[in-house]
Amino acid sequence: MAKIKYVEFNGTVHEIEVSKGLSVMEGAVQNSIPGIDADCGGGMSCATCHVYINDSEWFNKLPEKEMGEDDMLDQAYEPKSNSRLSCQLIVSDELDGLTVHMPEKQV
Amino acid sequence: MIKTDVVIIGAGPTGLFCAHQLGIIGLKCEIVDNLDKIGGQCIELYPDKPIYDIPAVPQCTGEELTNNLIEQIKPFNFNFHLNDRVQELKNENNKWIVKTSNGKEFETPNVVIAGGVGSFEPRKFPTKSAEIFDGKTVLYSIKDKTIFKDKSVVIFGGGDSALDWAIELSNSSKVTLVHRRDEFRGAPSSVQKIKELSKSKKIELITKYSMNEVKGNGSIESVEIKSESGESKTIKADYVLGFFGLIMQLGPIAEWGLNLNKKTIPVNTESFETNKKGIFAIGDICTYPGKLKLILSGFHEGALAARGCFKYARPDEKYRFEFTTASSAIKDRLGVKE
Ligand SMILES: Cc1cc2nc3c(=O)[nH]c(=O)nc-3n(C[C@H](O)[C@H](O)[C@H](O)COP(=O)(O)OP(=O)(O)OC[C@H]3O[C@@H](n4cnc5c(N)ncnc54)[C@H](O)[C@@H]3O)c2cc1C
Ligand code: FES
Repeated sequence: MAKIKYVEFNGTVHEIEVSKGLSVMEGAVQNSIPGIDADCGGGMSCATCHVYINDSEWFNKLPEKEMGEDDMLDQAYEPKSNSRLSCQLIVSDELDGLTVHMPEKQV
Repeated sequence: MIKTDVVIIGAGPTGLFCAHQLGIIGLKCEIVDNLDKIGGQCIELYPDKPIYDIPAVPQCTGEELTNNLIEQIKPFNFNFHLNDRVQELKNENNKWIVKTSNGKEFETPNVVIAGGVGSFEPRKFPTKSAEIFDGKTVLYSIKDKTIFKDKSVVIFGGGDSALDWAIELSNSSKVTLVHRRDEFRGAPSSVQKIKELSKSKKIELITKYSMNEVKGNGSIESVEIKSESGESKTIKADYVLGFFGLIMQLGPIAEWGLNLNKKTIPVNTESFETNKKGIFAIGDICTYPGKLKLILSGFHEGALAARGCFKYARPDEKYRFEFTTASSAIKDRLGVKE
């Protein structure tokens, strides 16, 4: 288990214990946290699981983007340089304490 | 008004195989899809990628799968209505009246929704100011490229559509290409070409900027772009083009009074009927305990939904289970000689 903090665009905070091995996206969907759509179910083909990592230290600590993630982020709503696809962030001990911020909307 | 046994909404793999199953049991159907081609996600999102989990097909691409499914239903001569979106479903005298955005009307006892995650739509600029000019001078696809002749065109995006149009229009228009980062996802040869055109000043290339606002009074005058650190630039523009790929929108399906669970439609697993009699949902759009969003699951769902349609299409007949290897009636429908 790792503690992940999801912050909705309107500021609502959800702090959830997510099992190791799940993605940050799955952690949100399984707990019915609004703001992450994940239309493709984690296939890195929809960009509707887009989140911002506002803390740059955390952003740099995350596993590097795989090929294709940035291409998909080009197609997200308001991507920034601290954007990630939450379906590509797999929960591990290293992610304990991570905070992700959601964009205003996904589509 | 077209009368038929079943209207299938969506020509993805699931809708196509359901059509096959309807043909096998002797029912007619009409297939509507708002895309300009058959194949759903397989053709729109990954035509060249190999798929490895279609039963008995060790490997095939999205395009090959689609072509084989089309081939498989050829004997039935079903009609496809492409570039057309099903907009409205209405019940009249126990029949469903189905209306499309192009004004087509169907009368049918059964509707099978095989709509995937909804219909593909271009992703639009997030700013409200772009909406005012949407479809006139702010465009997400190009039908007539002659309108850009000698005009200032600002193109946003980093994929093939953005690059190809920037290259093409640079011959006859003043093109500015804006992209949010330095890397492009288009074909390497196009990226190379864009860099050359930028060097020779045939196009202006601006990276690490994105759309902030479209400006103009009545007609468009300029676009303001911003960088992440807050700098902004204003570029003169007669036309603004955005190429950010496609998003999936549930669209009109959400307005038909069906039970919805997030963006999916709950069904029973016996016939894949929804909460409305004669309306079935199969493939990615349906949900039930244990649902897998896989093509093979969609095939199974389509086979059972087809049997579910039978009882409303032929209320006076009893559906009889038959094998394709053995049934002469099925072979007749397939047009194969023994
Ligand atoms: C990159 C990627 C890789 C994948 N790899 C695999 C794999 O290896 N194996 C596997 O089994 N699955 C894979 N999938 C999933 C698979 O593609 C889907 O499960 C499958 O396409 C679902 O088929 P469908 O027919 O239900 O919907 P779709 O393929 O989504 O088709 C739905 C169609 O309905 C149309 N539509 C929607 N609403 C309307 C309307 N109102 N009017 C008219 N038309 C409408 C849409 O335009 C669309 O064409 C992958 C998906 C992606 C994105
Ligand atoms: S869930 Fe679709 S890209 Fe992450």
